[in-house]
Amino acid sequence: MSRNGPLALIFHTLFVIFTLAPIVVVCVVAFTPEGYLSLPTNGPSLRWFRTIARYPEFINAFWTSIWLGTVSSVIALAFSVPAALAIARYDFTGREALTALFMSPLMIPHVVLGIAFLRFFTQIGIGGTFLGLVLSHIVVVLPFALRLTLASATGMDRRIEQAAISLGASEWTVLKRITLPLILPGLASGWALSFITSFDEVTMTVFIAAPGTETLPVRMFLYIQDNIDPLVTSVSASVIAATVVALIVMDRIYGLERLLVGRGSGDR
Amino acid sequence: MSAAETEDRRSWMPYLLSAPALLLFIAIVLVPLAMTVLLSFHDWGQYKGIETVFILKNWREIWSDGYFHEVFLRTFRVAFLVTLLTAVLGAPEAYILSRMKSPWKGIFLLVVIGPLLISVVARTLGWALLFGGSGGVVNKALLNLGVISTPIPFMFTETGMMVALAHVLMPFMVLSVWAALQKLDPQIENAALSLGASQMTVLRRIVLPQIMPGILAGAIIVFALAASAFATPSIIGGRRLKVASTLAYDEFLNTLNWPLGAAVAVLLLIALVLIIVGSNRIIERRYAEVFR
Repeated sequence: MSRNGPLALIFHTLFVIFTLAPIVVVCVVAFTPEGYLSLPTNGPSLRWFRTIARYPEFINAFWTSIWLGTVSSVIALAFSVPAALAIARYDFTGREALTALFMSPLMIPHVVLGIAFLRFFTQIGIGGTFLGLVLSHIVVVLPFALRLTLASATGMDRRIEQAAISLGASEWTVLKRITLPLILPGLASGWALSFITSFDEVTMTVFIAAPGTETLPVRMFLYIQDNIDPLVTSVSASVIAATVVALIVMDRIYGLERLLVGRGSGDR
Repeated sequence: MSAAETEDRRSWMPYLLSAPALLLFIAIVLVPLAMTVLLSFHDWGQYKGIETVFILKNWREIWSDGYFHEVFLRTFRVAFLVTLLTAVLGAPEAYILSRMKSPWKGIFLLVVIGPLLISVVARTLGWALLFGGSGGVVNKALLNLGVISTPIPFMFTETGMMVALAHVLMPFMVLSVWAALQKLDPQIENAALSLGASQMTVLRRIVLPQIMPGILAGAIIVFALAASAFATPSIIGGRRLKVASTLAYDEFLNTLNWPLGAAVAVLLLIALVLIIVGSNRIIERRYAEVFR
């Protein structure tokens, strides 16, 4: 395979700068010792990170996001596993339509979903509650959970199950002892991707969250709409740092490319 | 277990397995969406609130009021230019990445597509800091490099919106082209080179046609996400420069005219579905001849 020329490398360098610039600037400005937005030219300070502790709105929103992501991803997986087994193993009428329906939250603009849920939840009396948030987040993370569960259910060697059955194992034993353990890596990565999707979701959630059930990105968004100050940059920098750690861990364990493209082409 | 029993099981098992998810989707996706479409036909007044009648008032208002035309035109103009920008920058980058050697390939792939998982609000905040009015970092850099002679207004402009959106959506394009590049056989490139083709000819005649489906697939994803983006246009565009999704948000949470907001959202959904299905058709027809 031929190498990249100097022009290609210049392009690549500019591209990487473009990609990293906004992320790096948030992290750098967050360390300012001043009371206004500025680069920490007089040395870095943790002043604004300490200030976060005095703003319970951010702390509470953080915990809301963590709980919401955890609960909705687990429930989405619980719905995905049987559906994925059905889609992966059976050829039945309506299979394509069903798959399209389950993947549809990827296609529907989140602003439309937000409006639909706001209207629906208000009508049935759960507007602005945590329950409403969980229901809506199950819907938007389900395509991710389903896709990764489906990938591992399709790639599984079915002869192992057949061997277990021929040795006298019951259907339930096969599911519990063979099928689930074999698709577990797929489930774990499906959960991780679902959690991150839920944790980042802002467009839909901004419609249905009420004061008290605001998630972290919603709280950050509403704060930025009023004004941009070093406090919100330190909150953002913390979110970025946590995401980068999660990203590297996921890349080590599963391969980020496999997670996002859905096939293992790897760097070879 | 007899063969007949297996056959019988086959028929209802998949429906039983997918029933929970199907019922969930009917209850909390299809029903709310149908309610939103209905809502767009309801009436609304400052003092009477939402009136459950069936009228075309909101749709007429969108149809006849120039303000709505302006907002929808802006939405799709920005989405189109963002798509173009991601294709022009993302496709070459994916190609360069695919030609790198380990470990650089893995590292830079992580750098380029990793931001996908970083909060959109945090990334947009980064652009707001870089643009920072007229004295922002980007303008200072461009002025110092001599690229421009007067500062470009980025904050509260469509230009700024496009740059930030292109950044937010770039990983989708790179991923899509990357997936297409994995199917490329390097031997074809080598064959063309050994037959005396220049690097440029190989790119234009061998590589580009083969990754075109990837670029177009990425373009559809980027266009759909750009046209329905909310947080980025809202932060960079400010209170005045509206796109369809921020307009719907305003109607819902500031003006409280839910029926009109619902009509704007439903129109955005219909327009996007038509554009996506239409372009999918064209692409399939175009590439059916080439590949199959």
